[in-house]
Amino acid sequence: MAALRQIAFYGKGGIGKSTTSQNTLASMAFYFDKNIMIVGCDPKADSTRLILHEKAQNTILQLAAEMGTVEDLELEDALKPGAGIFAPENPHGWIQCTESGGPEPGVGCAGRGVITAINFLEEEGAYEAEGLDFVSYDVLGDVVCGGFAMPIREGKAQEIYIVMSGEMMAMYAANNISKGILKYANTGGVRLAGLICNARMTDFEYDLAKALATDLGTHMIHFVPRNNIVQRAEIRRMTVVEYSPKADQALEYKELARKIIANDFKIIPTPLEMDDLEDLIMKFGLDLEADEDNIGKAEAEA
Amino acid sequence: MGPESLEARQKAAIEEVLKAYPEKAAKNRAKHLGVGGPEDESQKTCGNVRSNKKTVPGVMSQRGCAYAGSKGVVWGPVKDMVHISHGPVGCGQYSRAGRRNYYIGTTGVDTFVTMNFTSDFQEKDIVFGGDKKLAVCFEEIDALFPLNNGITVQSECPIGLIGDDINATSKQYAKKTGAVIVPVNCEGFRGVSQSLGHHIANDTVRDYVFDAQVNTLGEEIAVTDYDVAIIGDYNIGGDAWSSRILLEEMGLRVVAQWSGDATLKEMVATTKVKLNLLHCYRSMNYISRHMEKEYGIPWVEYNFFGPSQTVKSLRKIAAFFDETIQAKCEEVIAKYQPMVDAVTNKFRPRLEGKQVMLFVGGLRPRHVIGAYEDLGMEVIGTGYEFAHDDDYKRTKDEIFRSTVIYDDVNEYELEAFVKKLQPDLVASGIKEKYVFQKMGLPYRQMHSWDYSGPYHGYDGFAIFAADMDLAINSPVWAHTKAPWDKEGEA
Repeated sequence: MAALRQIAFYGKGGIGKSTTSQNTLASMAFYFDKNIMIVGCDPKADSTRLILHEKAQNTILQLAAEMGTVEDLELEDALKPGAGIFAPENPHGWIQCTESGGPEPGVGCAGRGVITAINFLEEEGAYEAEGLDFVSYDVLGDVVCGGFAMPIREGKAQEIYIVMSGEMMAMYAANNISKGILKYANTGGVRLAGLICNARMTDFEYDLAKALATDLGTHMIHFVPRNNIVQRAEIRRMTVVEYSPKADQALEYKELARKIIANDFKIIPTPLEMDDLEDLIMKFGLDLEADEDNIGKAEAEA
Repeated sequence: MGPESLEARQKAAIEEVLKAYPEKAAKNRAKHLGVGGPEDESQKTCGNVRSNKKTVPGVMSQRGCAYAGSKGVVWGPVKDMVHISHGPVGCGQYSRAGRRNYYIGTTGVDTFVTMNFTSDFQEKDIVFGGDKKLAVCFEEIDALFPLNNGITVQSECPIGLIGDDINATSKQYAKKTGAVIVPVNCEGFRGVSQSLGHHIANDTVRDYVFDAQVNTLGEEIAVTDYDVAIIGDYNIGGDAWSSRILLEEMGLRVVAQWSGDATLKEMVATTKVKLNLLHCYRSMNYISRHMEKEYGIPWVEYNFFGPSQTVKSLRKIAAFFDETIQAKCEEVIAKYQPMVDAVTNKFRPRLEGKQVMLFVGGLRPRHVIGAYEDLGMEVIGTGYEFAHDDDYKRTKDEIFRSTVIYDDVNEYELEAFVKKLQPDLVASGIKEKYVFQKMGLPYRQMHSWDYSGPYHGYDGFAIFAADMDLAINSPVWAHTKAPWDKEGEA
């Protein structure tokens, strides 16, 4: 058996991390027979709904709070097998799901929750499951505090995939996440493994994403085009792979899955200074808008 | 003592102590060490030392934290209120029973000082927030201890880290039940020492006791022209009691004592007194100044350690009142003089010329000097854990000779100073005690009076003198050398 690979998906909030990661992981299981455990690290607990066909599963922290302490919790209570084609009894790879969960917005400490949840999984031997090929962490928005950096600390995720788009804020976030990776790269073994561009169909998106990847020292591992079939599948709480395995979009995710499985380009990122990031955006024909003279001017004025 | 002057030896000791440090630490610590004297030239402090700054990392400081300043000092001794140590269990448990703040009452029924109330945070409270648990605590306390007159919430570090809104939870419960609920944001990591905790706690007295015009449970107290309040006496070993009898004997009415043996009702009544008597300036000057500004109540600092300072303070206090009080004050002084003479006659010959080094909190490093000097003892070194410039400035008035001044002294420095200057007695806290006792040096704990006390007032002086004699002249010190180490006795 090949060694367990631990990967993580980071990216700006709302960029489509959970959708992209679930579709990709589904492809890895369905087309390439990989066995996967998904660890959702977001208080919203929506990292596994497409695999489970459920709104949201009971989270580790929610269950622990009900029982009193996390020590009282059993692994099987918190770990749920995927539904449909991802169930263990099916011929392809299986997917197990767990969610850290966390507090309501505005109270408590969600970061500490992620730490607690991951410690729990480790202590209970979740990572030692027979046949497990991949562990995937789906982490909320940005690396806002130590808790959300937990998945990239030593001994956790070794490969980080940043989900981004050609929008400026998504690129900023990608750059910031790279800074977080850089911080832990020297003490642990975490590496940036590539940018996944979840296309928003903005101007020069492909070129911008590619250029940012190059500047960060990595590659754009895949450009996922926008397709409404993703949303149609989501309404049924399904991945595209399961909903319509022959659809073009399913094949896109299949290609991304193949690339991730074969990926051996993992680097310590070289994050950009803010000025360089601005320059990068100007370089791609957006210079008219970014011209010094035009800053702060409305479209009609220019 | 050799031909070398005390001052020269002290200066040499500082130089030697600083040699052990790396350059950066030496530069920092040099500013906190100095030699002061009654004729000190430094305007703002004493011995030109700097204070109230962050401790040098890596040294063993004797300081406490903001929580200690609020829960341990200011609020903890308010006996009829329940003080919740809000957070994990340790802070509350290790500060349990307070600082020997004596009080009258039935513990667990109408008074609660020595009990430990904690919200006992678990991991889930950190992650999901502790506000719900706090609300449950309020309800449980009111159900189990219906005679409590209010609750304070003493925040431990995690409350600030996770941003729990204890103010909102407290306000909600206070509104629902009409109870006095005081949220105190005294997280331990705030500030450089317990000093900030005193300030934060003082501010909550202002906001939640005075401004909120709390229901004092019963009729108003009749006001007289001779009403005073003792502020900043924590009644350690009964200190406030041995102080208030003197004030009462001279015709004053002590309406409140903060916060040793204090009640919420007394605190509320303080806004109507004629004069505030401030003992621990450092921990209670904030609220005293506020009462001066807001209610026009003057305040005066006093010192009831040792007869010289006690006499001076009694006269200073009497000067605020009419001639009858002043006359009675002289009567009190005269009445106790024979007792003072008896104590000094007995102990002074046994203690004369003995040298002392002190290191205490924010008041005693200067206040107890007079008591030692009354016994013929010489204080040659002193320092504060958490004082500010104004405390050092006041120190100048209370020292008698060249004195090493060490601010926020650490374990290494204090030990080095003691070795170098060879005092006959070291008087400091529990953390330092055994280091010096094992060196064969007499030692007295000056935070808790070594389970003795009171030390305030005339009665306190008699106990103080006996305790110092007990420490210094104990026959045990003749046996600290192993027989084979004794020269000529082999």
